[in-house]
Amino acid sequence: MSLREQYIAFQTILIKEILRFVRIWIQTLVPPAVTTALYFIVFGSLIGSQIGDMDGVAYIDYIVPGLILMAIITHVYGNVVASFFSAKFQKNIEEMLVSPMPNYIILLGYVAGGVARGLAVGLIVVVIALFFTELRVYHWGITLSIMLLTSVLFSLGGFINAAYARNFEDISIVPNFVLTPLTYLGGIFYTIKMLPEFWQTVSLANPILYMINAFRYGMLGVSDIDVGVAFALTLAVTAGLFVWALRLLDRGISISH
Amino acid sequence: MTAALQLRHLHKTYDNGFVALKGIDLRVEQGDFFALLGPNGAGKSTTIGIICSLVRKSRGQVQVFGDDLDRDPAATKSHIGLVPQEFNFNVFEPVEEILINQAGYYGISRRVARPRAAELLRQLGLWDKRRQMARDLSGGMKRRLMIARSLMHSPRLLILDEPTAGVDIEIRHSMWQFLTEINQAGTTIILTTHYLEEAERLCRNIAIIDHGRIIERASIKELLGRLQVETFVLDLARPLAQCPAIPGYVLRLRDPHTLEVDIDKQRSVNDFFAQLSQRGIEVLSLGNKANRLEELFLRLVEQNKS
Repeated sequence: MSLREQYIAFQTILIKEILRFVRIWIQTLVPPAVTTALYFIVFGSLIGSQIGDMDGVAYIDYIVPGLILMAIITHVYGNVVASFFSAKFQKNIEEMLVSPMPNYIILLGYVAGGVARGLAVGLIVVVIALFFTELRVYHWGITLSIMLLTSVLFSLGGFINAAYARNFEDISIVPNFVLTPLTYLGGIFYTIKMLPEFWQTVSLANPILYMINAFRYGMLGVSDIDVGVAFALTLAVTAGLFVWALRLLDRGISISH
Repeated sequence: MTAALQLRHLHKTYDNGFVALKGIDLRVEQGDFFALLGPNGAGKSTTIGIICSLVRKSRGQVQVFGDDLDRDPAATKSHIGLVPQEFNFNVFEPVEEILINQAGYYGISRRVARPRAAELLRQLGLWDKRRQMARDLSGGMKRRLMIARSLMHSPRLLILDEPTAGVDIEIRHSMWQFLTEINQAGTTIILTTHYLEEAERLCRNIAIIDHGRIIERASIKELLGRLQVETFVLDLARPLAQCPAIPGYVLRLRDPHTLEVDIDKQRSVNDFFAQLSQRGIEVLSLGNKANRLEELFLRLVEQNKS
């Protein structure tokens, strides 16, 4: 396939993926708006007003970056894991496997679809946030790049989960029992400086902590973690997951052995 | 001339130890309409799966129009269009979208794919359904959708794995006509089917596969020529109470007005009719057993339409 043909194939998967989540917008785009609004009402306005400042920032402002990134992480992962597993389950992945399209285009297409969902959800959450507080961006470059990188990382995670999954239960285990706890303990609602030293050290093993803090730094200019370390770690994990996902495809997902 | 498909020493042992193919050698010429027949579990779908990259071969060689599947998988795949046995499209996508996406996977832009999809949807009687979700189509429409999808990139080799399974006779006949037309236009077709009449009607050459080996490879004409007995169904003018006995012929009385007879190809049909006349049995009409009911059904459907 020529580069142009590969680009068309990539674009086809991307458009297909965008149309998929737009077609079912009540399931895919409305829930993050409702959930985030509730977070802002309960944690931001009601409880937040009693807490005061966190790390020198008003509490409602402090939780905004974490809530945006949490919504992105959850929906990006959910998008790719559901879409790719469904393609496996319905066997329409065979449409791609019989075509001359290289495996990395299939992977990039699904990842881009996940990122598109993440950006759509991120935008919705930002709009909701504007009803409760004024948004500020301390560093656009850091904010946008960490948001993009996090979306790619969790798209790849969702893809790998779907590749291994044999039934619908398998695609809900990671989001429920790994992703949700790590996200809530990833410093969305608090600074780890509040924790005893032991738990601060334990928190450092949570990769989501690095992404949320880098994103918070981009928006507010405050972080528990060195932003350079956060970027390096996110990049390294993303690269590792990309190689892993591509190897799975090359070994033959949904191909009889 | 380069073969449309050339398989050499194709072996497949699945991870669970099941030996599906034990050395398949097969050559299908360009422009052929070829039937791959065999009982369930014989290895037909495994062979097709390997050709289309959905099953990993253990060893052997696959070449499509001279391109080797191991050396240049992209070029090899681009020659092939596949209509699988099971529905494998996304049932939550609109019909037209399924076709346009399939073209996209082959690097064909939406601008080029749209008129191509429209043409195929019209040819296969799906134009009115183009905006419907695939899940809302009937079984016959879903089969036609899979044929349309497989042709979006204008493949030189079309492989159909039981394309008319579960399809009513009228649609089956319209599909046969469509496939005959695209074969005449130059597309090589390989077909697997359990309907032998389908193979007899459509195909010029045939291979029979059993237990992972090709056990027969011949032209349909040659194969039919080997049949020793032909079965005819006779409509009788007057009812019979019991089946007559005529030496040298095997007769069965299906109902008082219908007699079935197996006639050895070496024997004269005239002789059989002379024997019937001697017994005062008058025959109103005569039909070949295989096509009789289908012809009648189609005629009735056509009459009803007009």
